[in-house]
Amino acid sequence: MGIIKRLGINFSWLKRIFKKKRARIGIYGPPNAGKTTLANRIVRDWTGDAMGSVSQIPHETRRARRREGVTIESNGSSVTLDIVDTPGLATKIDFHDFMVFGLSEEESKRRAKEATEGVIEAVKWLDDLDGVILVMDATEDPYTQVNVTVIGNMEARKLPLLIAANKIDLPNSSPSRIHSAFPQHPIVPISALEGQNIELLYQEIAEHFG
Amino acid sequence: MKGIQLDLISEDKLDAMTSMEKVRLILDEVRNGKILILEKGLTPNEQTKLIELTMTEIAPDEFSGIEIESYPVKQNDNLLNKLLGKTTLKTRLTVIGPAAQLKTIKKSRDLISALVSP
Repeated sequence: MGIIKRLGINFSWLKRIFKKKRARIGIYGPPNAGKTTLANRIVRDWTGDAMGSVSQIPHETRRARRREGVTIESNGSSVTLDIVDTPGLATKIDFHDFMVFGLSEEESKRRAKEATEGVIEAVKWLDDLDGVILVMDATEDPYTQVNVTVIGNMEARKLPLLIAANKIDLPNSSPSRIHSAFPQHPIVPISALEGQNIELLYQEIAEHFG
Repeated sequence: MKGIQLDLISEDKLDAMTSMEKVRLILDEVRNGKILILEKGLTPNEQTKLIELTMTEIAPDEFSGIEIESYPVKQNDNLLNKLLGKTTLKTRLTVIGPAAQLKTIKKSRDLISALVSP
């Protein structure tokens, strides 16, 4: 390889022919943004399976789950993805927040402990990805530290990032607020729950991660 | 006089520290109940390190984590960098405190509004 470099031979045409068609993509976001709902929809649409359970209680996903070989076809292009559904990222986890949802103190403390481990796992996964779908709750303020941290990490690593502005089925959603906060990245307004704009998301996935 | 200690840490001091030193300092001070304002924020890599370490220190009824707010990083695309095809990221002011005492009310590209409780 060193000799090839020294000779100055350009093999970029070879790279284009063998362009990577399999990418490992992480689904990231804060707790309760709809990451697992989106992962379930993608995996169900293209393989017929599901990835994980969803809940109103934050930090339902406390272990990263990987689904290999999900082939997405859209507009004549195709991409095969290994999809990693990650636990919600957070800077604070208070077990009292789970008790509000009716969990016992013991259950809440256990959930909080597992959630802290899940956050660490999600952070570690950033080192092993080819790109990220960042799921934001379009009804919430987009300038959260989690969003800023994930976007900053992707920009620093020069890896592709696609923002899914989720929950557009809710009346107070505002994907335009997300667009004005992060205009440098592609944004697809979706409802992972209802399936709105999901075809558009697949188009963008095939384009950005293919 | 009773109150919450607020420490403003200069860019020069932060520049002289390694990533791990910064993260350790932040966590130690925040665990002692201080609120820190960093003139120059943390790099994205330092932010994830801080999140990781914070998670290892969370303990029920003792420490529930941190509140951290920073402006989004800026791309430092001056003419020289453009000519060299390089882009570097410029971090910006950051506020960090104990989650139990610092709560962000509102945040936009250029404004962080927070509430501090004793």
